[in-house]
Amino acid sequence: MAREITNREVIGPTLREISADWSADQEVFRHTHWGKAMMWIFLLSDTFIFSCFLTGYMTMRASAVLPWPNTAEVFALNIGGQDIPLVLIAIMTFALISSSGTMAMAVNFGYRRDRRKTATLMLLTALFGLTFLSMQAFEWSKLIFEEGVRPWYNPMGAPQFGASFFMITGFHGLHVTCGVILLLIIASKVARGHYDRTGDYSAVEIAGLYWHFVDLVWVFIFAFFYLW
Amino acid sequence: MQDSPPIPSDTAHDGQQHPISLYLKVWGLLFLLSAMSYLVDYMHVQGIVRWTLIVTFMLLKAGLILSIFMHMAWERLSLIYAILVPPLLLLVLVRIMTIEANYAFWTRAIFMGGGG
Repeated sequence: MAREITNREVIGPTLREISADWSADQEVFRHTHWGKAMMWIFLLSDTFIFSCFLTGYMTMRASAVLPWPNTAEVFALNIGGQDIPLVLIAIMTFALISSSGTMAMAVNFGYRRDRRKTATLMLLTALFGLTFLSMQAFEWSKLIFEEGVRPWYNPMGAPQFGASFFMITGFHGLHVTCGVILLLIIASKVARGHYDRTGDYSAVEIAGLYWHFVDLVWVFIFAFFYLW
Repeated sequence: MQDSPPIPSDTAHDGQQHPISLYLKVWGLLFLLSAMSYLVDYMHVQGIVRWTLIVTFMLLKAGLILSIFMHMAWERLSLIYAILVPPLLLLVLVRIMTIEANYAFWTRAIFMGGGG
């Protein structure tokens, strides 16, 4: 029948590709490197963890009866005698985005078997990550020692602000720390020529996936926690 | 150097070759989008316009990172759907928690004299 044929053409090869992949019961992701598929699945679970934190933050903020502190003022920095709102967070954002850029290029050079450039770019990524972490340490100490914010108390208003701030940024910072360690390990393996011997640079891409995810989470934290 | 991304292939994991200029462009775009979302705050845009702008810039940035940096644009559809569909469930959680938050807020406001 003419109509049936048109429908099939509309559905196209992509949907058929999905049904073919999933019907081969044990090997849905057989076209993907196993490490990459596993990393994606881990990142999916991590998505749920961070989403639970952000949803919890939404719930606490919406149900708080005390005023929520103005993040633009809380995270302002005094530069040249002027308070610039939220500038520390903006710099942190740019540092993390830059680290993502260098990481993407490291993955690219990895697949071109360019050992030196891959290792250098990964080290640069780790360095950007460390910059981010040191700024976060500064931000935390400022909030703890100067403003007196605690996970259960906040002199500027709603105590829920302290709880969600330390929980969300702390967990993200933990991820950045793990990422930096992972990057340093993989970069030293790249530099020593380990992946030239095995002929498989997938580890660089897998580490890259994790690192980009950390940046991705920051995009949501930046929007919902700092800008909202 | 080609500018348009190559078409997806089954051998994507054997090494994707995209020009470095693509990454630099995305990097620049991410910088621009971050600067714009920072400006939303700096210019004191308030209300529904602020939230719309923040969410738009956020989704654009997330899309760029996911599709280009994480190479999802060149993955097989099975993997893309396996990763992107389950998080949609979170919309249900957000809806439930909105209701719960309203309930908690009014309970505090009415029965606890604004405290608690």
